[in-house]
Amino acid sequence: MNLHEYQAKTLFKEYDIPTTNFVVVDSHDDVENKVQQLKTNKWVAKAQVHAGGRGKAGGVKVLDSIEEIETFVKYWIGKNLITYQTDEIGQPVSTILVEECTNIIKELYLGIVIDRSSQSIVVMASPDGGVDIEAIAENSPERIFKVPIDLIAGPKREDALFLAKGLALSDEQVEQFVKIFNNLIQLFIDKDLALVEINPLIIDESKKLKCLDGKINVDSNALYRQQDILKMRDTSQEEERELKASEWDLNYIALDGNIGCMVNGAGLAMGTMDIIKSSGGLPANFLDVGGSVNKESVSEAFKIILSDKKVKAILINIFGGIVKCDVVAEGIIKAVEEVGVNIPVIVRLKGNNSEKAQILLETSSLNIISESDLSKAALKAVELSR
Amino acid sequence: MSILIDENTIAICQGFTGSQATMHCEQAIAYGTNLVGGVTPGKSGQVHLDRPVFDSVKEAVEITDANTSLIFVPAKFCMDSINEALDAGIKLIIVITEGIPTLDMISIKIKADNLGSIIIGPNCPGLITPGSCKLGIMPADIHQSGKIGIVSRSGTLTYEAVDQVTKAGFGQSTCVGIGGDPIPGSSFIDILKLFQEDEQTEAIVMVGEIGGTAEEEAATFIKSNITKPIVAYIAGASAPAGKRMGHAGAIISGGKGTADEKFKALESAGVKTVRSLTDIGKTILSSLES
Repeated sequence: MNLHEYQAKTLFKEYDIPTTNFVVVDSHDDVENKVQQLKTNKWVAKAQVHAGGRGKAGGVKVLDSIEEIETFVKYWIGKNLITYQTDEIGQPVSTILVEECTNIIKELYLGIVIDRSSQSIVVMASPDGGVDIEAIAENSPERIFKVPIDLIAGPKREDALFLAKGLALSDEQVEQFVKIFNNLIQLFIDKDLALVEINPLIIDESKKLKCLDGKINVDSNALYRQQDILKMRDTSQEEERELKASEWDLNYIALDGNIGCMVNGAGLAMGTMDIIKSSGGLPANFLDVGGSVNKESVSEAFKIILSDKKVKAILINIFGGIVKCDVVAEGIIKAVEEVGVNIPVIVRLKGNNSEKAQILLETSSLNIISESDLSKAALKAVELSR
Repeated sequence: MSILIDENTIAICQGFTGSQATMHCEQAIAYGTNLVGGVTPGKSGQVHLDRPVFDSVKEAVEITDANTSLIFVPAKFCMDSINEALDAGIKLIIVITEGIPTLDMISIKIKADNLGSIIIGPNCPGLITPGSCKLGIMPADIHQSGKIGIVSRSGTLTYEAVDQVTKAGFGQSTCVGIGGDPIPGSSFIDILKLFQEDEQTEAIVMVGEIGGTAEEEAATFIKSNITKPIVAYIAGASAPAGKRMGHAGAIISGGKGTADEKFKALESAGVKTVRSLTDIGKTILSSLES
């Protein structure tokens, strides 16, 4: 689960990690009242969306008066911000962060990730902040300094010092950095984060370190024990169909193609998409119905696929293990009867109760094409989607 | 022989009396698995599936000499269950449960390594040594005892691979689902090492997917350590970047973890790769014939 910048910065403040003074507004009527809490005459207004590249898209602006802030807020609230990281529709803006403008002497990068190779959390720092960390990793990997953290022993001062040296900090800044390092790791562990990125971490004109931006991703598996974080979820930033699917414990990801897919198991769902693609078609979605499907969730999955108007054919691929094929067949029949389907549906059922399922589909009088060979089923779907 | 589990396995199930556990333990027992009992706190003294229920793993181990545990405990309580199994001296812990927080897995993996215990999973279909021992949720009837070792990050893709291998006229030595989480208890390398040492295994099917670098690390290991033929498939060549494809670990981030990189790494290690999952069976056939 992703957090907004203002939510990340609120957590930073809670953990005594220096960041800007800011207020959050959701209406231009609010602006004057709230902005007066900031002691400055130069502000930065930032549209809050779950995507990077906001600055270039006009979603971040340095402003000199309350009127300018009001105009900015009036313009953006209710609009969608389209950046290079969003789709062509963009992400809706419903809150705007207004902060005191900081004079930047130097931009640095600081982040913590879960490193799958070393099976630990890793703190990364680079003196080249303000740009994409991937670009630094690509062009000058020697400018990224990393230390793994032993979760049982906790963070070590020497590791913080190693990163501080990489960042070429002054003596005074080193002590500030050690504190940020320790507190950020504590935040990461306490809140079950999967990623935190401060880009940029800056040195301001009083030579102090400060977090100017904050990106946080929380481990979804841990949300059951992070109720305060769960309250920060902004579902308006999530794709409508993906959100609907998550309510039914279905894993759905919207894609660009026109062949809808319904599969059990994430690996097989990806494998099915791959076959569609190598057969000359394009999948409209990834959809894993999971191991605990019932008639209702299959029916719901079907409706979600059909709500995508690009879809011209549907390929259903089920390898029954825990999932019983006849249950899936009943769900398909229920959905087709309820919503009506006028596009071809190609079904490949294998494993647990597949014969029973076959009979159900054949006697249903619905226009469903059965094909037990997956390659042939995919080719058929591609052919019928044209 | 086979790897990890066989007729000498003495298994218990944690979360024994739950509905999923009951269904799969019933099938395991019917398959001939030496499943001697289970653990559900507060239900000690009860009999479930004709086997004793214990309050703790420690008690179960003392009475049954169990060396393996199959865990179906819900994600919220699963970390405690794995800990309990480790503390009771269980050497092989198979975790079917999906949804364990990543930081919990990092800590528990350190502990397991220190104790010399093996964790398979979490978020996995489990293990089967066809003909002797089934500890997982896979459909039994597609398996057949034989000489192909299978290791996979995905459940249903493992079944596809098994089905094709069986239809190609081979059986399986052992099938291992290592699971789809970012921090798995056992890696491809851990399992490949065991297949290399196993006499029964003559060839290996490896099923990977996008996300992380486990396949690339396996490729480096294969180059200097595995002499048996390997056929590999990687799922997710058509997946977009930045989207989690069902499994917590299946995500291309920062341009890393693509299927293409994994295919290339494996090919450079001499692994025969297939771009379509339907080609696994015929490719294993041709690599054993040549």
